[in-house]
Amino acid sequence: MQLINGMTMLLIYQLIGEVSVRLLALPVPGPVMGMVMLFLTLMIRGALVRAVEPASSALLSHLSLLFVPAGVGLVVHFSRLGNEWLPIGVTLVLSTIITMAVTALVMQWMTRLTAKRKPGHD
Amino acid sequence: MIEPDLSRIWVYLSASPLLGLTLTLVAYSLAHRLYLRTGSNPLLNPVVTSVTALILFLLVTDTSYDDYFDGAQFVHFLLGPATVALAIPLYQQFNKLKQVWLPVTVALVTGVIVGAFSSVGIARLLGASLETQLSLAPKSVTAPVGMAISEQIGGLPSLTAALVVVTGIIGAVIGSKLFDLMGVRDDSVKGIAMGMTSHGIGTARAFQVSAQMGAFSGLAMALSAFLYSVFLPWLLSLTGVLA
Repeated sequence: MQLINGMTMLLIYQLIGEVSVRLLALPVPGPVMGMVMLFLTLMIRGALVRAVEPASSALLSHLSLLFVPAGVGLVVHFSRLGNEWLPIGVTLVLSTIITMAVTALVMQWMTRLTAKRKPGHD
Repeated sequence: MIEPDLSRIWVYLSASPLLGLTLTLVAYSLAHRLYLRTGSNPLLNPVVTSVTALILFLLVTDTSYDDYFDGAQFVHFLLGPATVALAIPLYQQFNKLKQVWLPVTVALVTGVIVGAFSSVGIARLLGASLETQLSLAPKSVTAPVGMAISEQIGGLPSLTAALVVVTGIIGAVIGSKLFDLMGVRDDSVKGIAMGMTSHGIGTARAFQVSAQMGAFSGLAMALSAFLYSVFLPWLLSLTGVLA
């Protein structure tokens, strides 16, 4: 029952997110809005985390599985991939390496910078 | 008299969502078992092997993606509630996050800008069509959000979904090597870079390294999805990629 309650909560928040994004014409996808709203709810009522935790860890621990149907969608784009495989392939590999490396460097650099400002911090 | 029966069974199966759904789960659980049995070899990431197997199955049996997706949509649908569920690790890590909010914010905003422009820029330099460039722009954003952004900016949502998966796999496969080469040892730094670049697939990989790396990766995935959806359309129109 816990799993069903948690799942219901997640769906309700997604629903509220989808509806409010459309009503307010926000540039954010519905599930992201739902995530923000659930986060704010938890900040106000932390005890609710116990109700959603089982369903959320069930979903998040098998997150890779949820990407499989979308990945199989490559099959629809075979002709585009045939024509543009070089730019797409090079972009995916290079941009992924660059983004990951720059994010890590900035994070490392900023962590050291902010740690220095607080002498008591280890 | 076996032949006509078999073909009738196939006619039933190929028209029913049961087959697509079952195949997805079977392919994934076999792929996951193979992954564990090979000592979690990153090249045998369960998403890679199960997607490859399913594509081969569709090609061999001449089944259309639409027929397959009739069943697989039930798995795909869960990406929405899974995105909402990211609020929980975010909430649980909030105390840790409060201490590092400045480095995390600066790193993620930089990551979003670098991620968007490196993908559009490289694709444009190499002569990709505008549709392909725009489909590549949100490639680091978890699938449901990436697809929504792609639609909004004029890309092809289904192409973006597939590119998102490939980006996730590339990051999960090269991440640890890249961090070693760069001399990055801090799990919170690795997690932020992994989740920023490779969303859920990277986060699944990060949790195998350590709980801390996983939590920071989940955090980066959630926050970067938010930042991408707010800033990407604006960034692209600002720089004239979008008219």
